Amino acid sequence: MIGASVPADSLLDVLDARLRLLAALSFALVVVSSRGFLAPALANAAALVLVVVARLPLDRTLHRLLHVDGFILLALATLPFSTPGDIAFSLGPLAASRQGLAQAGLIALQANAAILALFALVASLETVSLGRALAGLQVSPKLVQLLLMTVRYISVIEREYRSLRLAMKARAFRARSDRHTWRSFGYLFGMLLVRSFDRAERILIAMKCRGFDGRFPVAEHARFNRRDLWCGLGWLAVLGLLIGIDRI
Amino acid sequence: MHIVDGVLSAPVLAGGTVLAVAGIARGLKTLEPDHLPRVAVLSSAFFVASLVHVPVGPTSTHMLLSGLVGLALGWAAFPAIAVALFLQAMVFGFGGLTALGVNIVNMAAPAVLVHYLCRPGLCRAEPAALFGWGLAAGTLAIALSVLMVGLALAASGRAFIPAAELIFVTHLPVMAIEGLLVGAAVVLARQVKPGLFDFTPVAPAWVEAGDD
Repeated sequence: MIGASVPADSLLDVLDARLRLLAALSFALVVVSSRGFLAPALANAAALVLVVVARLPLDRTLHRLLHVDGFILLALATLPFSTPGDIAFSLGPLAASRQGLAQAGLIALQANAAILALFALVASLETVSLGRALAGLQVSPKLVQLLLMTVRYISVIEREYRSLRLAMKARAFRARSDRHTWRSFGYLFGMLLVRSFDRAERILIAMKCRGFDGRFPVAEHARFNRRDLWCGLGWLAVLGLLIGIDRI
Repeated sequence: MHIVDGVLSAPVLAGGTVLAVAGIARGLKTLEPDHLPRVAVLSSAFFVASLVHVPVGPTSTHMLLSGLVGLALGWAAFPAIAVALFLQAMVFGFGGLTALGVNIVNMAAPAVLVHYLCRPGLCRAEPAALFGWGLAAGTLAIALSVLMVGLALAASGRAFIPAAELIFVTHLPVMAIEGLLVGAAVVLARQVKPGLFDFTPVAPAWVEAGDD
């Protein structure tokens, strides 16, 4: 997808993209609804296996994951202090409870596993396959088209943004924490909005030149074959195992 | 302001997903195919804005611009923001698949509301009042989003209420900055391209060579 290098020919690439999407979603639902620590921990291991199988570049994936985990921990920082229970440690007047720490740890584990699986199963898809898979899952064609066009135009708009920023730099603009900076950024985004709309008009003209009549032909997606069926059943078994372990 | 996987309770997740699907369907229903490129570039712009950090005191905040997207797109802001948030989850891992619905509603519903509250005034406003309308739109969109994040957290458990309060307090400066930014943005947009917020049918008078 955007910016990320799509790894070449992983074992997952032979699978139906619809299956990969559904697998990521079902995995996230199972992991998020687990109560104990063992199932999410095993889920993390399973997701790591997927990352290896998907041949994602390990260093970059871990780097991304660190970012996400920082974000997750920040979101959970208050939880130990607001959950009643036995006191584990205290910071000044605030006391962190053992139960709260456990709860925060559990959520972090769950979120981590779900994100890893999402990276391995869905983010590694080519944009076009992702669009086709979504269309195959009865997502509205307009929405799929919107997604594909957005992916295409993120880099275009970013380039537009960079050229505007460069023009500001050429006029010796430096971002500080003052009214002038905020107004300048406001103008920057106002200009970006104007340019985006101008760009949209040109895109529409280009599309009409190529015969756009309000619909996009979506190429037939691959058939769900025997291999997909076995992999799907295997995945269900993994999920069943995770649920079973969590219940015991 | 994304809520991560695993935090929200099942009823909140389900409710958020249903509302998000309904909002997206409503947005797509009135979306003319000819406006698709416009929504797509704004969705891209929303994505790009989230990567831009603006200094605030000793720290910095990234832009959200949901108010601006709402002003420009109305109900179409729902699918636009949905796509951008989906991509953020895929590319950066912010949010997650299960919390996606709630996150979409939290960002997009205030954007749509702002469209109906502020756009009529904005379109008629004198130049002097224009900034004020933009300020109101930008601030209100963020304030409502933060409020909805807080409600979603509070509905998922009492233990999250301090987190919700913390989010609200830390986002007070973000609301102010967003307001100033959106205010300045609408002033400029109207000077450069009058009628930008009037949803005139796309009728370009000229064609420029580009890499479209």
